[in-house]
Amino acid sequence: MPVDPSFAALPLEEVRAAALEKAAGLGCSHAEVRIERIRSQVVVVRDGLVQTTVDDTEIGLGLRVVRDRSMGFAATVELHPDAAVALAERAVEMAVATAPALAVPVDLAAEPAHGEVEWSSPYEIDPTTVAVADKVAVLGDWSARLLAHGAVDHVTAMVLAVVEDKQFADLSGTVTTQRRVRMHPVVEAFAVDGATGSFESMRTLAPPAGRGWEYVTGGSWDWDTELARLGDLLAEKITAPTVEAGTYDLVIDPSNLWLTIHESVGHATELDRALGYEAAYAGTSFATIDRLGSLRYGSPAMNVTGDRTTPHGLASVGYDDEGVAAQSFDIVKEGVLVGYQLDRRMAAENDLGRSNGCAFADSPLHAPIQRMANVSLAPAPGAGPTTDELMAGVDSGVYVVGDKSWSIDMQRYNFQFTGQRFYRIDHGRLAGQLRDVAYQATTTDFWGSLDAVGGTTTYVLGGAFNCGKGQPPQVAPVSHGCPSALFRGVNVLNARAETGR
Amino acid sequence: MSDGDRLPAASDVVERALSLSRGDDCVVIVGDGSEADVRFANNTTTTNGLRRDRRVTVVSFLRRPGAGGGADGGAGGGVAVGVASRGGAVDVAELVRLSEADAADAAPADDAVALVEGAGEDPAFGAPPVLTDERSIDGVVRSLADAFTRARSAGHVLAGFASHRVDTTYLGSSTGLRRRHEQPAGTLQLVARSADGTRSTWAGAGTSWFDDVEIDALHDRLVTRLAWAGRKVDLPAGRYETLLPPDATADLMVVLSQALSGRDAEDGRSPFSAPGGGTRLGETLSSLPFTLRSDPVEPGLECAPFVVATASGTDVSVFDNGLPVGPTAWVGDGKLAALEYHRAAAARAGTVARPPGENLVLELPGATDSLDDLLGRTERGLLVTCLWYIREVDPVTLLVTGLTRDGVYLVEGGEVVGAVNNFRFNESPIDVLARTTEAGRTTRALSREWGDWQSRTAMPALRVADFNMSSVSPAT
Repeated sequence: MPVDPSFAALPLEEVRAAALEKAAGLGCSHAEVRIERIRSQVVVVRDGLVQTTVDDTEIGLGLRVVRDRSMGFAATVELHPDAAVALAERAVEMAVATAPALAVPVDLAAEPAHGEVEWSSPYEIDPTTVAVADKVAVLGDWSARLLAHGAVDHVTAMVLAVVEDKQFADLSGTVTTQRRVRMHPVVEAFAVDGATGSFESMRTLAPPAGRGWEYVTGGSWDWDTELARLGDLLAEKITAPTVEAGTYDLVIDPSNLWLTIHESVGHATELDRALGYEAAYAGTSFATIDRLGSLRYGSPAMNVTGDRTTPHGLASVGYDDEGVAAQSFDIVKEGVLVGYQLDRRMAAENDLGRSNGCAFADSPLHAPIQRMANVSLAPAPGAGPTTDELMAGVDSGVYVVGDKSWSIDMQRYNFQFTGQRFYRIDHGRLAGQLRDVAYQATTTDFWGSLDAVGGTTTYVLGGAFNCGKGQPPQVAPVSHGCPSALFRGVNVLNARAETGR
Repeated sequence: MSDGDRLPAASDVVERALSLSRGDDCVVIVGDGSEADVRFANNTTTTNGLRRDRRVTVVSFLRRPGAGGGADGGAGGGVAVGVASRGGAVDVAELVRLSEADAADAAPADDAVALVEGAGEDPAFGAPPVLTDERSIDGVVRSLADAFTRARSAGHVLAGFASHRVDTTYLGSSTGLRRRHEQPAGTLQLVARSADGTRSTWAGAGTSWFDDVEIDALHDRLVTRLAWAGRKVDLPAGRYETLLPPDATADLMVVLSQALSGRDAEDGRSPFSAPGGGTRLGETLSSLPFTLRSDPVEPGLECAPFVVATASGTDVSVFDNGLPVGPTAWVGDGKLAALEYHRAAAARAGTVARPPGENLVLELPGATDSLDDLLGRTERGLLVTCLWYIREVDPVTLLVTGLTRDGVYLVEGGEVVGAVNNFRFNESPIDVLARTTEAGRTTRALSREWGDWQSRTAMPALRVADFNMSSVSPAT
């Protein structure tokens, strides 16, 4: 797909050349410039009426340099060659100012020069070319369908759409120009119990995806069926019995499991965290580098990859924000930790060879840091079990569907998750919804209890737009594919009882 | 980054956009920002940044005649709105056209009311933005090498972040508003970990201009706390009397402040919805006469004295741009005293508009004690440092879960006797207020969890009975 003409019309070449030439002239051994335009649209419809519209375009230029093995970064919204020259001076000043306290000099793992290359994520309709009124019309229609259900008192419908145009260039001669398109439509229905002042909600499971507006209108997700079922599912949830806290076997649907993978595997296997570089903010990791190749992360059924090439994946790219070509790599193989997510600095510091391409900056105004690849759990080989077949092996359990609340500690041991809906599993069969379920576990115990993964027919690519990391904080989109999976003997809390009221 | 800045003057951008507007009304907001930061970990500097940004937002308003020819909401008429924003050296004409095209397509807005009328131009409206740069954090940067040397010789490892940002906001409207606001915001955070990673503690501070914080002072606090951790005590999950220092109080009160939507409460979607409909306004939340309030002129926590809304939301409205913001007590005398409403929602609810607060102060009238005073009167309890990864579990009760982080200490007989393992907690900040038995004096506090966007808080230390430590976290 060609570079978007309106992005190509920006003074890309003059600005990047000015920045790189000045940086080289100031003695930088490495310099990389990113020119980005990020258009973000948000429409929120509440009870059928428009509540929020945002149509924002961020434009800017970020320059990172290494001089005397110290790194500096500066950025501006001014796309002008003179501004780019000033930026190089500023970035070098930062490298010089922070050098006296630099104890680990900066090296970057080698990456071949890729020349001038282009890449685009697959999409059919640029969602930012769809008028706000058309987006409102879709959300209004969806809201009306749900509000017509007797159990539904309120509906919030929302669509987020992002188109990211980015050009990266460095002193090695790599110039990448890339476009990424992503969408997240979501509808949440509320049922209010007026007598008690209590309420319940349920939202659609459709994941955010690296797709265009065709995600809403095309056939990749069955919106009609999901919306048609949501009212009845919510009605059943309101009258469902509350869960009795205790130990249960869990069959976890991909719509919930993706987030558990994200938190307990994705973040724990970021090498910068494992080395302590996020100690003040996102946290560290129990999966320290001395345990690479030996840490028993989970059962032999656990195979996890990091992948920046997944079709429609939110973290998929052609080249990362350090000019490294996108790759796929093993993180956990048959239950053992075998790999980390890397950027060029982490790879060089630890003699791990080439970076596997996990550098990302969420804005031209932020420096790239190591961010998550699409970290996914492999399904069972061959046909593999269906979700029903996984449940058939459970005497007393809970089937968990959809993500909701999530929290995990700073070393990625102790986590707690809730969901959109929960079903009792009684002797291998679903036996109605339950309320107030939260599951709590320690990462390695939980993955150690993984008894079986479903087959490819159960596999779904989930994900989020809003993964946070770094200081200043950055937000990254990322997908996680997984099958349904069966975990034995997991601790389930009753969330309502936790209040002690 | 004052030199080399070729962006046109913000006030000129406002005037040009207003002059190009062909709608019935127009609001223009220019946000000029600058930022300098340095990050460090493992006793070395890691990343840094200087940045200059600008965002221009144009809100176009188009009146729609109703069936009866009325212009303001009657008989199917109303006001349609289009909003568009763009960063950098903006093509103002294109941006105005974009917002007008959206307004032309839009249905009348639910939050339509008459725009706020201007009352003269702010004296500094035409002045350039205040820009920060590396000089603001220069003191921290220059003291880092010594701090790392000190840490190495003491056998611990420092990580942290210093960030300074200044936003200058220009607001203009076709109804004569010409407002300008300067908003500095800085944070300094420091974590010290023992070399083996088994002991860890944190200190942070919010600041406006980096003239009242220094790394050595925070470092001293951390050295004391690492020494407390010389003795380790394993405690099981359970309910404990818990001392929350002001920073941890801020972690929980910011959660409470995010649940103050009047619309959500009236729709039955909030912990402040009342059984039988309506809201819990006037209900007693705590037997202690707490005040939880926001005030744009709170000393040290100053924020915009008028509404700046680049998009409408549940309780904010682009129609309210420029609306003066005064002090609001959300909780007064221990009772729920106010909820957030934009003007249109307030009119429907028969109450007054209250924009969400941009700072947050919790205080117990007459309280003078420090955290140390509370600690000295503690027979047996836990002292936490800060809370982390706080997420809503049950919106009905505002139950949230999260972790204790970087230091939990056992207090016995009025003294810290050792460091305890971390816990996952499940608690509602509403219940925390209800179960608070004692509060100290209010001091400036930095929420570790929310300080990225809400660094303007002042809080007391709290003694909370039966704080629910739901499970043990092995994390250190």
